[in-house]
Amino acid sequence: MPTEVPLLKMENIGKEFFGNRVLQNVTFSLQPGEIMGLVGENGAGKSTLMNILFGMPVIQETGGYEGKIFIDGQEVKFKDPLDALEAGIGMVHQEFSLIPGFSATENILLNRESTKYNFLVEIFSERLMTLDRTNMKKRAEKAIKTLGVDLNPDTLISEMPVGHKQFTEIAREIDRSKTRLLVLDEPTAVLAESEASVLISALKKLSEQGIAIIFISHRLNEIIDLCDKLIVVRDGRVIQEARTEDTNVRQIAAWMVDRKGDSRQEEKREQKRRDIGEVVLRTEHLWVDMPGETVRDVSIEVYRGEIFGIGGLAGQGKVGISNGIMGLYAAGGKAFLRGKEIKLNDPDASLREGMAFVSEDRRGVGLLLDEGIDWNITFTAMQVQEKFIKKLLGGMIKWRDDKAIDECTKKYIDSLEIRCTGPRQRAIELSGGNQQKVCLAKAFAVSPEILFVSEPTRGIDIGAKKLVLDTLHRVNEEDGTTIIMTSSELEELRSICDRIAIINEGRVSGILPASAKAEEFGMLMLGHVEEPAEAN
Amino acid sequence: MQKFIEDAGWPRIIIGLFLCALFIAAPFVGVRIDASLSDTLVRVGMNGILVLAMVPMIQSGCGLNFGLPLGIISGLLGAVTSIQIGIRGGVGFLIAATIAIPIAVVLGWLYGQLLNRVKGDEMMIATYVGFSSVAVMCIAWLLLPYTSPTMIWGYGGSGLRTTISVEGFWLNALSKYVKIQIGEFFYVPVGMFVFFATIAFLVWAFFRTKVGTAMTAVGSNPEFARASGINVDRMRTLSVILSTVLGAIGILVYEQSFGFIQLYMGPFYMAFPAVAAILLGGASVNKASIINVVVGTFLFQGILTMTPSVINSVMQTDMSEVIRIIVSNGMILYALTRKVVVKR
Repeated sequence: MPTEVPLLKMENIGKEFFGNRVLQNVTFSLQPGEIMGLVGENGAGKSTLMNILFGMPVIQETGGYEGKIFIDGQEVKFKDPLDALEAGIGMVHQEFSLIPGFSATENILLNRESTKYNFLVEIFSERLMTLDRTNMKKRAEKAIKTLGVDLNPDTLISEMPVGHKQFTEIAREIDRSKTRLLVLDEPTAVLAESEASVLISALKKLSEQGIAIIFISHRLNEIIDLCDKLIVVRDGRVIQEARTEDTNVRQIAAWMVDRKGDSRQEEKREQKRRDIGEVVLRTEHLWVDMPGETVRDVSIEVYRGEIFGIGGLAGQGKVGISNGIMGLYAAGGKAFLRGKEIKLNDPDASLREGMAFVSEDRRGVGLLLDEGIDWNITFTAMQVQEKFIKKLLGGMIKWRDDKAIDECTKKYIDSLEIRCTGPRQRAIELSGGNQQKVCLAKAFAVSPEILFVSEPTRGIDIGAKKLVLDTLHRVNEEDGTTIIMTSSELEELRSICDRIAIINEGRVSGILPASAKAEEFGMLMLGHVEEPAEAN
Repeated sequence: MQKFIEDAGWPRIIIGLFLCALFIAAPFVGVRIDASLSDTLVRVGMNGILVLAMVPMIQSGCGLNFGLPLGIISGLLGAVTSIQIGIRGGVGFLIAATIAIPIAVVLGWLYGQLLNRVKGDEMMIATYVGFSSVAVMCIAWLLLPYTSPTMIWGYGGSGLRTTISVEGFWLNALSKYVKIQIGEFFYVPVGMFVFFATIAFLVWAFFRTKVGTAMTAVGSNPEFARASGINVDRMRTLSVILSTVLGAIGILVYEQSFGFIQLYMGPFYMAFPAVAAILLGGASVNKASIINVVVGTFLFQGILTMTPSVINSVMQTDMSEVIRIIVSNGMILYALTRKVVVKR
């Protein structure tokens, strides 16, 4: 086989986004009819790699890529997705690119419709040909049949269940007669299990016809089931390439998350002996209706004085938990603080009980972008606890104490090293890391008993990251604040937390001490709770 | 110099220079500067509180108060009722305000509930609230059972007239106190200014309190405010009530100086000059200060006073209305389309 010219070969592909390296030396090749699985954590670089292959404009706009792409041994450089389509590459995106008001047929054949002659063509051009609806329907039916699904070609997209939308999109790529390579970016994420297995058998059929497939998925069982080989991407590098028959789910999970030999592991803090007390926060069957991060049924117990981590893949609901307890999204079930039930859906009540929240949505929820740093830091404490308030006329008038606000702000600017021109600088003018520090200061200003921190290091540089984590650690150690930290970066959680709960599909798939093996966490993230852990 | 221009903003500098040019040109075309200046000041005092009525709603994120006619209607109801009662002088003015304010609170509350349902489209809805409330009141003015002969139509014996004089009741109720008269043409109605300054101070002070701070935060980022335990809808309603009450007081101050109560279509276009004035003063759709009110009212009313006299003398035609429309609507257009510049 190696003597055969591969259909696709990517060689030393690299990519930088604004000085941030996301891909490095990625090399792989693909034979006709071969199915390759592409796995990796969120942000490992999978989507970027596929965007490069497909010539997405975002790659050009951010300075192109390094390395070479060969198709049939010829080097190619796609300027836009149309070039890639011309070369026979089809892509099914994570987000649906369908027109909701059009039928399945119309979507499948968009811009490639079968047409009939009419007299207007003589006057104008071929753009005014009449659509040949009967033929179009036939072609659509053929494409759908190839997939082996039961889908009426006349249904409007807006009236379809998500699974059918996904099939429509794949059918569109199949109809292109040229398609030789099909890229599927998490096609099964929105499908029910039965639908997913239909899809998988359809893909197998396609590969028998000689179409090569790159299949991106978090469901490792599907990868094992469908693919001939797989590559694991981590931090922008290909960590492992393997034939699927030689490996298993557990091994793949370990490859995905393990960072052995990574220097970050050595940073593991010396844990001082701290007082971990009784249960301080408890949830019972908590559900939270947060778009994109639905929490279905979470029951956890958090002990006083610990740092409790919440991890999991994006969209599985880890972010929803803190938002739900803090009353920002509609929630139900029960939550108890010190054994007393907390009123859900009421941010004021949660704040008054001594909980504070640093939101993952820094610019949307976390900051008053148009106001100064001083207001941002002190506002919550002022409103909830009446700090920084001077009472005039026997408490009738609650006058804002600008002097106290200024002092407090300066204190936090110093202690958190917020780089700014002064307390009055508007938050929108700060960099991401400094904005995050302001958000932290806002939470510290209410002197919380329990501090929720959501994605505290997302989108900030390494220096600020370290400072943020150190600060959290210090607050936990010195003030005994219980911290509940949500993060997509498992390594970050493992470096700071005592225990980590992994959330999958809105439920706790397991809680492990931070010292547990990365592999164990990987398995939990992918929802493999049924397999018992071997080593502790 | 650069900093001054940046702080003041080009629109204010251009209009300011234009106004200066008008004042300089005035003597050459036979218009008295002292009389013009006095006129301008009186108009500032008359309109100041109406412009101030923009501030709470802008600060809470409800946008420009195009629904000002609602507040004005409350004021008008207070005014005609006090004349019906027939008490003269300052007390009559106070009674008018006492009647107007509760009406404004009720109407403002309803108006606030409505605006909370249409977040994001407040200004368009507000405009139609203003217009339709004026239309409804056109019927009401005819039907309300007022009987004072100074107010009702002479021929039918019922229904209020379009224009009612407050002379003999509370004309200049505020303006007459400490009236400074210099020469024949120049006078300053200090009483009216003191009243305006007091109301402006109260509004300023309100925004320095806990509630005022919360209101500003709601306008700046409602999600942030909600995450800090603020009831966003309540803050917005409160701001709408405040704006409506200020509108009611504003029109009373306007009438006591102007001398007439204008009913029916009178309030129809009252919102636009006030909106234009505060924008001219440098406010944006979601940030406004008392300085914006004072500067904006002065510039806008200055232009309004000077253009008819000066430009008409120069051009020998009546351009004043055209220029007023260009300035006020142009200013609204400018402010609604400009983006906030981020400085790093």
